[in-house]
Amino acid sequence: MDPLLFERLAQAVEEAVCEAEIVLPPDVEAALRLAAERETNPVARGEFANILDNLLKAGDLRVPICQDTGIPVVYLTVPPEVPVTAGLYEAVAAGVRRATRSVPLRPNGVDPISRENSGDNTGAGLPPVHVVPGDVLRVTVLPKGAGSENMSQIRMMLPSEVAEIPRFVVDVVMAAGARPCPPVVVGVGIGGTFDGAAALAKEALLERIDVMDAYEQGICDAINALGIGPMGLGGDTTALAVKVKRGFCHTASLPVAVNVQCWCCRRGVREVVL
Amino acid sequence: MIRLSTPLGAEVLGLRAGDRVLLSGTLYTARDEAHLRILEEGFPFDPVGAVVYHCGPVVDTERNVIVAAGPTTSARMNGLTAPMIDAGVRALIGKGGMSAGVREVLTGRAVYFAFTGGCAALAASCMELAGCYFPELGMAEAVWEIRVRDLPLVVGIDAHGGDLFADVARGVRERYDQLCL
Repeated sequence: MDPLLFERLAQAVEEAVCEAEIVLPPDVEAALRLAAERETNPVARGEFANILDNLLKAGDLRVPICQDTGIPVVYLTVPPEVPVTAGLYEAVAAGVRRATRSVPLRPNGVDPISRENSGDNTGAGLPPVHVVPGDVLRVTVLPKGAGSENMSQIRMMLPSEVAEIPRFVVDVVMAAGARPCPPVVVGVGIGGTFDGAAALAKEALLERIDVMDAYEQGICDAINALGIGPMGLGGDTTALAVKVKRGFCHTASLPVAVNVQCWCCRRGVREVVL
Repeated sequence: MIRLSTPLGAEVLGLRAGDRVLLSGTLYTARDEAHLRILEEGFPFDPVGAVVYHCGPVVDTERNVIVAAGPTTSARMNGLTAPMIDAGVRALIGKGGMSAGVREVLTGRAVYFAFTGGCAALAASCMELAGCYFPELGMAEAVWEIRVRDLPLVVGIDAHGGDLFADVARGVRERYDQLCL
């Protein structure tokens, strides 16, 4: 890979991670502010006050919003003139290593069996990099914390159970309770294959959360009717948004994946000038 | 808003689940490993009236600064908490609530405060690093002594058996049964 391109991509990844860790996207902050204004439960109002104060402090002090800085899930759009080579992946990993030192990030990446920590948030398969063709070289980083990721579920539903999908999503959020740091954002992947549904659910978390279609809104309203509230202390808002992505699947299959995301719904985007 | 300062005494017995509190004074972080070490070797600090914070902070050890210090999930410490309260600890801080067993242990003696999950920058902004015990356990698991000013908390479990998390969970189950999906 061209050394200049390697350097520019690594820098873009480092900057995208940094932005994601310190400043929430405007649509996420707006959703939190709207929920805070509408909240009627006094304990929940206090939780929202802490969350909004925390966002201000993170920005002022230039420190991560949450101490679980997550693992960076990286999405690249790659234009025709950039070859998809091993160097592309190496540049992304280099950017993650730099961000681990410069932000700084908590070193979260471990071998799954020995639990040995690499110390720099990279390793076999880490960071995950998803490449799609595009017009420009664009980096999108989604730092994913464990508290909410651990509450995620996938189910191979029956084709006859399409009407049961909303209940499955509500059940996942209900079972999670206070643990994923609500109010949550719920990414739902419907269709594809077993692995594809999970990928769709995670990609759904990259979409703007201040708009929902009627299907998403219906599930979101049902979740909020539960009253789990911020941090499971009760309140009007348990989910800020439900986002659904769909893909064609086998006629005999209905994979449904639910990826739970805490209120700290982070994403950072950088475009690389070629 | 109720103001409290450490060391805590009988004033915690007057708190009720749902009360909002600003806490000042000294906290000691402790996660799973620190609890186990304390059970083996005893307390490296005076537990009487102390506050234990379920937290694995990000610490800048070169500049001696707390960078980020939000709460971790308290339920992991359910089985390790009774000896803390027996030794005189008056308050726990964490997220997500604790078991019915811990609720009984707290009754008449101590309280559990909830601090908002993810609010690591807010926490760090009102904290100063004062010391470290068991550093060999690593950054997340060591016991950090922290001076704190006006940490905004809510009483999750009080000393009278009041448990906000349990109350909310009960209501959630009732409302789930009424959902039309």
